[in-house]
Amino acid sequence: MSEAVFVVAAVIILAGAVGVVASRNPVHAALFLVQTLVGVAVLFVLNDAHFLAAVQVVVYAGAIVILFLFVIMLLGVDKAEELRVEPIFGQRPLAVVVGAALAAALATVVVAGADVLTGLRRAGGDRALDGEATDIERMGRVLFGEFALAVEITAALLTVAVVGAVILTRRSPRPEATEAPVSGDA
Amino acid sequence: MTGTLVLAVDPMLAGDIGLTVVLLTLAKAVVAFAFLLVAVMLLIWFERKLLGGMHQRFGPTIAGPFGILQTLADGTKLFFKEDLVPDRSDRFVFKLAPYLSLIPAFLAFAIVPLGGDFSRGGTVEWFGHTTYLQVADPPVGILLFLAMSSVAVYGVMLAGWSSGSKYPLLGSVRASAQMVSYEAALGLAVAAIVLVTGTLSTHDMVVAQAAEGYLGIIPRWNVVVTGLVPFIVFMIAGTAELNRPPFDLVEAEQELVGGFHTEYSSIRFALFFLAEFMNTITMSAVIVTLFFGGPAGPVLVSELGGYSVAWAWGVVWFFLKLFVLLFCFVWMRATLPRFRYDQLMDLGWKALIPAALGWFLFLAALETGRDQGWSEAVVTVVSLLVFVAAGALLMRAVRRGRASRDREAAGPPAEERSDPVGERT
Repeated sequence: MSEAVFVVAAVIILAGAVGVVASRNPVHAALFLVQTLVGVAVLFVLNDAHFLAAVQVVVYAGAIVILFLFVIMLLGVDKAEELRVEPIFGQRPLAVVVGAALAAALATVVVAGADVLTGLRRAGGDRALDGEATDIERMGRVLFGEFALAVEITAALLTVAVVGAVILTRRSPRPEATEAPVSGDA
Repeated sequence: MTGTLVLAVDPMLAGDIGLTVVLLTLAKAVVAFAFLLVAVMLLIWFERKLLGGMHQRFGPTIAGPFGILQTLADGTKLFFKEDLVPDRSDRFVFKLAPYLSLIPAFLAFAIVPLGGDFSRGGTVEWFGHTTYLQVADPPVGILLFLAMSSVAVYGVMLAGWSSGSKYPLLGSVRASAQMVSYEAALGLAVAAIVLVTGTLSTHDMVVAQAAEGYLGIIPRWNVVVTGLVPFIVFMIAGTAELNRPPFDLVEAEQELVGGFHTEYSSIRFALFFLAEFMNTITMSAVIVTLFFGGPAGPVLVSELGGYSVAWAWGVVWFFLKLFVLLFCFVWMRATLPRFRYDQLMDLGWKALIPAALGWFLFLAALETGRDQGWSEAVVTVVSLLVFVAAGALLMRAVRRGRASRDREAAGPPAEERSDPVGERT
């Protein structure tokens, strides 16, 4: 049963991933991205990570891709892009190199197991083994116990980012100042 | 939060899954879907009739007794109309969008407990299986509702974009900005509930609210336990999330023709309409579950002709509460004028989110105080002082921001007023 679910989810994810790269219309590409994200959420549920699955849909599909779509629609690039011009010099050869490196890393993980690259036997260590608590409870304990400082630092970083975004969108009193796009979502 | 772990899983699905269990699950889904469809039909009639009454006119009178079949007539008419797909539209997305609105509306309803005797755990015995009277009780519970309401944004957004026309695009950009903004307040109000009940599962939330109340008469509903503020925030944010009046800028007829579904006709338009009213029912049902104890209530007659009917009282209480909330939604529509776009954004970001966040922190402080044995009065007074200080700071910041904006608007570079997303496209 779980193999069947995995196969179906994998097909959905891969089809979405190919679609993101292959579609010429940016809005269609964003929709394929949603398909991939929802497929990954299904895989999370399959691994009993229910909370991650919900967060995946709420945050990635519900907020981040919506933001992408906003930018696409507001900038008016929702037509097929001109593909012959390279915006950054040397972008395409670099993309090939990085893509090959990523594929090699993935192949290593699949063939030899994740511990070859990361040195960890299981990502969650021993904690992943106790079947006592729900995933959300366990995650809460780890995040707000062991990694509380990291959580606080991340929160501070996000606050700085928000303040920075507000300052960037502020208009300077000089008339020749450039104007940054205003977004409704902070 | 220590204590024994309550795994929120329907007991029917815990053991071996046989044919009966599959059939029961299917039956529950079909019954819930049929219920939603019939409820939408009645709700549209109810809304028109009630609005008519509040406007001192009759409302629908022709089709059926009291015009009760009006929606059926309208639906049939829409079904047989020509289905237009605009020439400049993105055909596939245009056809996909109505379903993206409709399906989340139904899926979110699946987590609502519809009945059961919650003085004894809220389970029912059917065909030798103990089960809950709700379609699904996933471990993420209420998060599924939030996930579905964020997926529902796609329906509106893509409908407007794919129409290939100006006004639908304006309407959909407005709508999605509004829905994304108010989701934050909605989530914070839900977080307050999760904090006091200590669970995400909707079933366990109802169980927690079915416990012994205060002074013998006040029920232990979350609207009381969380102190009213999360409920008010949720109610306002929920109305905005539904794009219902007074937050119906999405389809402001004077400005946008018909909003995101201007180009839709025939059955696709009907699907949008259906989704809108389904969402209203789902939102009311979720409010009942979160704040008003869902199906929990006294069992007046526990046996009828030899059959145990204790579970049916849950259904009765649930529907009564649902009806009151739906009445309130219609009442608000008839009473309140529509917001302006900047007022909408101000209310969401500068009033609701800070209020919900502050109240959430206050509840968390109370909870921590209870664990640590602090005096509740001290915690409350300190929290109130922090509240007032933070509120004053926020007010000051808002006033400063507005003043400098006004100064810029009046200054030499005569630019247009800084407006949020909606008005710029």
